[in-house]
Amino acid sequence: MALTFQDIEQHRNYLLRYAIFQLRDETVAEDVVQDTLLAAVEKLEAFAGQSSVKTWLTGILKHKIIDAQRRMVRDPLLLDARTDEDGDLSDFDSLFDTQGHWGSDAPRSWQSPDQSLSDQQFWKVYEECARRMPKRTAMVFAMREMLGQEIDDICKNLDITATNCSVLLYRARMSLRLCLDKHWFGGSPLEKT
Amino acid sequence: MMLSCKEATRLMSMQMDRELSMGERLQLALHLTACAGCRNFRKQIGFLRTVTRKFGDQIDDSK
Ligand SMILES: [Zn+2]
Repeated sequence: MALTFQDIEQHRNYLLRYAIFQLRDETVAEDVVQDTLLAAVEKLEAFAGQSSVKTWLTGILKHKIIDAQRRMVRDPLLLDARTDEDGDLSDFDSLFDTQGHWGSDAPRSWQSPDQSLSDQQFWKVYEECARRMPKRTAMVFAMREMLGQEIDDICKNLDITATNCSVLLYRARMSLRLCLDKHWFGGSPLEKT
Repeated sequence: MMLSCKEATRLMSMQMDRELSMGERLQLALHLTACAGCRNFRKQIGFLRTVTRKFGDQIDDSK
Protein backbone atom coordinates (compact mmCIF):
# COMPACT_ATOMS: atom_id res chain seq x y z
CA MET A 1 0.00 0.00 0.00
CA ALA A 2 1.51 3.29 -1.06
CA LEU A 3 1.68 6.13 1.38
CA THR A 4 0.11 9.40 0.36
CA PHE A 5 0.77 12.95 1.44
CA GLN A 6 -2.49 12.85 3.43
CA ASP A 7 -1.22 9.92 5.48
CA ILE A 8 1.64 12.12 6.54
CA GLU A 9 -0.11 15.44 6.79
CA GLN A 10 -2.71 14.14 9.24
CA HIS A 11 -0.02 13.81 11.90
CA ARG A 12 1.06 17.43 11.62
CA ASN A 13 -0.65 18.53 14.83
CA TYR A 14 0.82 15.71 16.81
CA LEU A 15 4.30 16.43 15.49
CA LEU A 16 3.88 20.11 16.23
CA ARG A 17 2.86 19.58 19.82
CA TYR A 18 5.69 17.13 20.29
CA ALA A 19 8.17 19.64 18.86
CA ILE A 20 6.82 22.53 20.90
CA PHE A 21 7.22 20.49 24.04
CA GLN A 22 10.85 19.83 23.18
CA LEU A 23 11.81 23.18 21.77
CA ARG A 24 9.60 25.59 23.66
CA ASP A 25 9.41 27.87 20.68
CA GLU A 26 6.48 27.73 18.29
CA THR A 27 8.22 29.33 15.35
CA VAL A 28 11.19 26.99 15.52
CA ALA A 29 8.84 24.05 16.10
CA GLU A 30 6.80 24.96 12.99
CA ASP A 31 9.98 25.02 10.91
CA VAL A 32 11.14 21.72 12.28
CA VAL A 33 7.80 20.07 11.54
CA GLN A 34 7.74 21.54 8.04
CA ASP A 35 11.19 20.17 7.51
CA THR A 36 10.13 16.77 8.82
CA LEU A 37 7.08 16.54 6.57
CA LEU A 38 9.18 17.51 3.59
CA ALA A 39 11.84 14.96 4.41
CA ALA A 40 9.11 12.33 4.82
CA VAL A 41 7.55 13.17 1.44
CA GLU A 42 10.93 12.97 -0.21
CA LYS A 43 11.48 9.46 1.04
CA LEU A 44 7.99 8.04 0.91
CA GLU A 45 9.33 4.90 -0.75
CA ALA A 46 11.76 4.43 2.10
CA PHE A 47 8.86 3.90 4.47
CA ALA A 48 8.85 0.15 4.72
CA GLY A 49 5.77 -0.16 6.87
CA GLN A 50 7.37 -2.10 9.72
CA SER A 51 6.34 0.68 12.07
CA SER A 52 3.32 2.97 12.10
CA VAL A 53 3.47 6.15 10.05
CA LYS A 54 3.34 8.12 13.29
CA THR A 55 6.35 6.30 14.74
CA TRP A 56 8.26 6.73 11.51
CA LEU A 57 7.54 10.46 11.42
CA THR A 58 8.43 10.86 15.09
CA GLY A 59 11.77 9.22 14.36
CA ILE A 60 12.53 11.76 11.64
CA LEU A 61 11.28 14.58 13.84
CA LYS A 62 13.58 13.61 16.71
CA HIS A 63 16.65 14.06 14.54
CA LYS A 64 15.42 17.42 13.33
CA ILE A 65 14.72 18.48 16.92
CA ILE A 66 18.23 17.61 18.03
CA ASP A 67 19.66 19.68 15.16
CA ALA A 68 17.42 22.59 16.07
CA GLN A 69 18.41 22.38 19.73
CA ARG A 70 22.03 22.55 18.71
CA ARG A 71 21.35 25.72 16.74
CA MET A 72 19.13 27.27 19.40
CA VAL A 73 21.60 26.87 22.16
CA ARG A 74 24.05 29.04 20.28
CA ASP A 75 21.50 31.72 19.53
CA PRO A 76 21.31 34.12 22.45
CA LEU A 77 18.08 35.58 21.11
CA LEU A 78 16.25 32.31 21.37
CA LEU A 79 17.36 31.25 24.79
CA ASP A 80 17.78 33.33 27.84
CA ALA A 81 21.01 31.89 29.11
CA ARG A 82 21.25 34.19 32.08
CA THR A 83 18.14 33.03 33.87
CA ASP A 84 18.54 29.38 33.03
CA GLU A 85 22.19 28.69 33.14
CA ASP A 86 23.46 29.64 36.53
CA GLY A 87 23.81 26.92 39.09
CA ASP A 88 21.75 28.74 41.66
CA LEU A 89 19.35 26.33 43.30
CA SER A 90 18.20 28.65 46.04
CA ASP A 91 14.66 28.55 44.66
CA PHE A 92 14.33 25.20 46.42
CA ASP A 93 15.75 26.35 49.75
CA SER A 94 12.34 26.79 51.30
CA LEU A 95 11.80 23.04 51.06
CA PHE A 96 14.63 22.36 53.46
CA ASP A 97 15.48 23.52 56.96
CA THR A 98 18.80 25.18 57.82
CA GLN A 99 20.50 21.78 58.14
CA GLY A 100 19.29 20.82 54.68
CA HIS A 101 16.68 18.35 55.91
CA TRP A 102 13.11 18.32 54.67
CA GLY A 103 10.93 20.88 56.37
CA SER A 104 7.15 20.63 56.54
CA ASP A 105 7.04 19.85 52.80
CA ALA A 106 8.83 16.50 52.96
CA PRO A 107 7.62 14.38 50.01
CA ARG A 108 4.61 12.32 50.96
CA SER A 109 3.71 9.15 49.17
CA TRP A 110 1.66 9.58 45.95
CA GLN A 111 -1.56 7.59 45.76
CA SER A 112 -1.64 5.10 42.86
CA PRO A 113 0.50 7.15 40.47
CA ASP A 114 0.23 4.50 37.73
CA GLN A 115 -3.50 5.01 37.44
CA SER A 116 -2.87 8.65 36.56
CA LEU A 117 -1.32 7.54 33.29
CA SER A 118 -4.71 6.64 31.87
CA ASP A 119 -6.35 9.84 33.06
CA GLN A 120 -6.69 12.58 30.42
CA GLN A 121 -6.83 15.24 33.11
CA PHE A 122 -3.48 14.11 34.47
CA TRP A 123 -1.80 14.76 31.13
CA LYS A 124 -3.17 18.28 31.03
CA VAL A 125 -1.70 18.99 34.45
CA TYR A 126 1.57 17.36 33.41
CA GLU A 127 1.84 19.44 30.24
CA GLU A 128 1.13 22.65 32.12
CA CYS A 129 3.68 21.79 34.82
CA ALA A 130 6.29 21.05 32.15
CA ARG A 131 5.46 24.31 30.40
CA ARG A 132 6.25 26.25 33.56
CA MET A 133 9.89 25.20 33.59
CA PRO A 134 12.44 27.68 32.26
CA LYS A 135 13.22 27.05 28.60
CA ARG A 136 16.69 25.66 28.83
CA THR A 137 15.79 23.52 31.82
CA ALA A 138 12.81 22.12 29.96
CA MET A 139 14.90 21.45 26.88
CA VAL A 140 17.59 19.52 28.71
CA PHE A 141 14.96 17.56 30.60
CA ALA A 142 13.14 16.65 27.39
CA MET A 143 16.38 15.58 25.73
CA ARG A 144 17.19 13.34 28.64
CA GLU A 145 13.81 11.91 29.58
CA MET A 146 11.78 12.09 26.38
CA LEU A 147 14.44 11.52 23.74
CA GLY A 148 16.45 9.34 26.14
CA GLN A 149 19.81 10.87 25.23
CA GLU A 150 22.83 10.19 27.43
CA ILE A 151 23.89 13.06 29.64
CA ASP A 152 27.34 13.26 28.01
CA ASP A 153 25.78 13.67 24.59
CA ILE A 154 23.46 16.37 25.85
CA CYS A 155 26.33 18.37 27.36
CA LYS A 156 28.33 17.99 24.18
CA ASN A 157 25.44 18.96 21.93
CA LEU A 158 24.54 21.97 23.97
CA ASP A 159 28.12 22.83 24.76
CA ILE A 160 27.56 23.09 28.50
CA THR A 161 29.50 21.59 31.38
CA ALA A 162 28.53 18.31 33.02
CA THR A 163 27.85 20.12 36.27
CA ASN A 164 25.60 22.58 34.56
CA CYS A 165 23.74 19.80 32.84
CA SER A 166 23.16 17.96 36.07
CA VAL A 167 22.00 21.15 37.80
CA LEU A 168 19.46 21.75 35.04
CA LEU A 169 18.17 18.19 35.30
CA TYR A 170 17.95 18.48 39.07
CA ARG A 171 16.01 21.69 38.77
CA ALA A 172 13.66 20.15 36.22
CA ARG A 173 12.95 17.14 38.43
CA MET A 174 12.49 19.26 41.54
CA SER A 175 10.07 21.66 39.92
CA LEU A 176 8.09 19.05 38.00
CA ARG A 177 7.78 16.92 41.11
CA LEU A 178 6.61 19.87 43.18
CA CYS A 179 4.10 20.97 40.60
CA LEU A 180 2.55 17.50 40.20
CA ASP A 181 2.61 17.01 43.95
CA LYS A 182 0.68 20.19 44.47
CA HIS A 183 -1.67 20.23 41.51
CA TRP A 184 -2.35 16.58 40.87
CA PHE A 185 -1.57 14.41 43.86
CA GLY A 186 -2.32 17.19 46.31
CA GLY A 187 -5.51 18.12 44.52
CA SER A 188 -5.10 21.86 44.42
CA PRO A 189 -6.43 22.99 41.03
CA LEU A 190 -4.07 24.37 38.48
CA GLU A 191 -4.67 27.82 37.13
CA LYS A 192 -3.44 28.42 33.62
CA THR A 193 -0.83 31.12 33.51
CA MET B 1 29.04 12.15 58.05
CA MET B 2 25.31 11.82 57.38
CA LEU B 3 23.99 13.35 54.17
CA SER B 4 21.40 16.09 54.37
CA CYS B 5 18.16 15.60 52.43
CA LYS B 6 19.21 18.37 50.09
CA GLU B 7 22.44 16.54 49.25
CA ALA B 8 20.57 13.26 49.03
CA THR B 9 18.13 14.70 46.46
CA ARG B 10 21.07 15.91 44.36
CA LEU B 11 22.61 12.44 44.43
CA MET B 12 19.32 10.75 43.58
CA SER B 13 18.88 13.04 40.60
CA MET B 14 22.46 12.36 39.44
CA GLN B 15 21.92 8.64 39.81
CA MET B 16 19.30 8.84 37.09
CA ASP B 17 21.93 10.10 34.67
CA ARG B 18 25.19 8.46 35.65
CA GLU B 19 26.63 5.86 37.99
CA LEU B 20 27.42 7.06 41.47
CA SER B 21 30.73 6.24 43.14
CA MET B 22 30.83 3.55 45.83
CA GLY B 23 31.10 6.23 48.48
CA GLU B 24 28.12 8.15 47.16
CA ARG B 25 26.04 5.00 46.92
CA LEU B 26 26.86 3.99 50.46
CA GLN B 27 26.04 7.41 51.88
CA LEU B 28 22.81 7.53 49.93
CA ALA B 29 21.79 4.03 50.99
CA LEU B 30 22.39 4.91 54.63
CA HIS B 31 20.38 8.09 54.31
CA LEU B 32 17.49 6.32 52.61
CA THR B 33 17.13 3.72 55.34
CA ALA B 34 16.51 6.55 57.76
CA CYS B 35 14.50 9.01 55.66
CA ALA B 36 10.97 8.39 54.37
CA GLY B 37 10.81 11.78 52.63
CA CYS B 38 13.80 10.94 50.45
CA ARG B 39 12.46 7.44 49.75
CA ASN B 40 9.29 9.04 48.41
CA PHE B 41 11.35 11.53 46.45
CA ARG B 42 13.26 8.74 44.76
CA LYS B 43 10.10 6.92 43.70
CA GLN B 44 8.62 10.14 42.42
CA ILE B 45 11.49 11.22 40.20
CA GLY B 46 11.48 7.70 38.76
CA PHE B 47 7.79 8.16 38.03
CA LEU B 48 8.58 11.45 36.26
CA ARG B 49 10.78 9.51 33.86
CA THR B 50 8.03 7.00 33.10
CA VAL B 51 5.56 9.81 32.58
CA THR B 52 7.82 11.87 30.35
CA ARG B 53 8.62 8.87 28.13
CA LYS B 54 4.92 8.19 27.79
CA PHE B 55 4.05 11.80 27.13
CA GLY B 56 4.89 11.59 23.43
CA ASP B 57 2.37 8.79 22.89
CA GLN B 58 -0.27 10.69 24.79
CA ILE B 59 -0.34 13.67 22.47
CA ASP B 60 -3.63 13.52 20.68
CA ASP B 61 -3.60 13.78 16.86
CA SER B 62 -7.05 15.26 16.70
CA LYS B 63 -6.32 18.52 18.49
ZN1 LIG C 1 16.27 12.74 53.47
